[in-house]
Amino acid sequence: MNQLYDLLIGPFADFAFMKRGLVACLALALGAGPVGVFLVLRRMSLIGDTMAHSVLPGAAIGFMLAGLSLPAMGLGGFLAGLLVALISGLVSRYTHQKEDASFAAFFMISLALGVLLVSTHGSTVDLMHVLFGTILAVDDAALMLMAGVATVSLLLFAVIYRPLVAECFDSAFLRSVGGKGGLVHTLFLMLVVLNMVSGFQALGTLMAVGLMMLPAVAARFWVRQVWSLAAVASLVAFISGYAGLVLSYRFDLPSGPAIVLTAGMLYLVSLLIGPRGGLISNRTRQRHLAH
Amino acid sequence: MSMTSIVTLQDLTVAYERHPAIHHISGSFAQGSLTAIVGPNGAGKSTLIKTIIGLLSPAQGKVTLNGMKAADAAFLPQSTTIDDSFPISVMDVVLMGLWRKVGAFRSIGRKERKIALDALALVGLAEFEGRNFGSLSAGQRQRVLFARLVAADSPLILLDEPFTALDARTTLDLLRLVQSWHEQGRTVIAVLHDFEQVRRFFPDSLLLARELIAWGPTETVLTADNLKKARAMSEAWDEDAEICLGIGE
Repeated sequence: MNQLYDLLIGPFADFAFMKRGLVACLALALGAGPVGVFLVLRRMSLIGDTMAHSVLPGAAIGFMLAGLSLPAMGLGGFLAGLLVALISGLVSRYTHQKEDASFAAFFMISLALGVLLVSTHGSTVDLMHVLFGTILAVDDAALMLMAGVATVSLLLFAVIYRPLVAECFDSAFLRSVGGKGGLVHTLFLMLVVLNMVSGFQALGTLMAVGLMMLPAVAARFWVRQVWSLAAVASLVAFISGYAGLVLSYRFDLPSGPAIVLTAGMLYLVSLLIGPRGGLISNRTRQRHLAH
Repeated sequence: MSMTSIVTLQDLTVAYERHPAIHHISGSFAQGSLTAIVGPNGAGKSTLIKTIIGLLSPAQGKVTLNGMKAADAAFLPQSTTIDDSFPISVMDVVLMGLWRKVGAFRSIGRKERKIALDALALVGLAEFEGRNFGSLSAGQRQRVLFARLVAADSPLILLDEPFTALDARTTLDLLRLVQSWHEQGRTVIAVLHDFEQVRRFFPDSLLLARELIAWGPTETVLTADNLKKARAMSEAWDEDAEICLGIGE
């Protein structure tokens, strides 16, 4: 019993940085769950990745101006991400180029610019910090930012839920009845960028997307409604955060990859045993049909 | 014509990147008419219907709706534009038809649910409300989308290829529903491919080949001569051909 306590609860009771890390995971999970689910539903799974990298130059400029301060880097990253999303949207609107192609172009420009800025004005350590994050170094300011982002995300999702679902399901219909599909799409992209920024302090720009996408695609094997998908995705994200922290503490692993790998494991388990189209449930259903 | 028109097109031209998809179309749909839009592939049939509903803007000319806004019309997009694996219940899809009344924020109560349930019963899907849209067959999904149109209760209904890839039974049931809308005095405009279907069920037709070939009673529109003319025009199309100089930017 004591051993179990030492493994599962002890680290969080004894160390403030573990406690903060856990709270950060909860905040991240609440926002990342619904964001990831809607990214998947909009068939923008890979665009999330793209957006994550595009925040880098903004974060780097924030770092150059204010040092290792999350509000400055966060604001810079948020503006850079929004700018890339906006320009890509405009390009796809006014030329024949599709949104994913223009996204890819601008994020590469943005990422290269970011790496250039960080490596000329910072050290390799800083670059590693921005790319991979350190959830165990989350300070109070960062925690407030994450909690704020989670709160804003959940409130805004509640406001735009109905039009966002309609827009994802059948955007032509929503536009035909005068629904503000474009506005809803823009607000949603803003939430994506906001949650990226919130995630990069803890997990880094490379890993932040993992905590959005893996729980969202895992949830698909458990439930079949948009709201329940979002809830399950948040739950999976939080479990991944908790288990990832425990593993990283116990085996002295870097926390970001440990969290995202745990989410990956949960995805693979869902893929296998999920009751909604998981591999095992599909097989047993086929066997029933064969009789 | 003595009847009042509900949709009037005046010299309507719609272009994609300055290449006209349809040009210089004028005429009107009478209130309560049942019209099929037909023509070869690439003739601009979907473009025309999307412009009427306001999804595309004319490069030149205009669409006038009589006594209603475009947002009050009920529209069925091509089924390929809808994500059929989307995690949504049948009930929620049908309730979307009430958008004009409930919009993004107003609550959905017993009255709205009753409208949706009645609409489902009308398309032969009573007690399907709790099912997942993605778990249905293609025919059942199209019935659900027709129930959404029923729930919208609009005087003007626009259908973009409503019967493509459907089984014969579903097609016939849904055609009967379209006829009942016609009998109730609603105006229905549908993009169709099957000329036999059009001759049997649609009193009026509009034959399109980027330009208007003919518009009026179906038997005077779907003549051998007109169809030959439409086909000849479609064979002459070249995607990178003329930029219509008549279009102002």
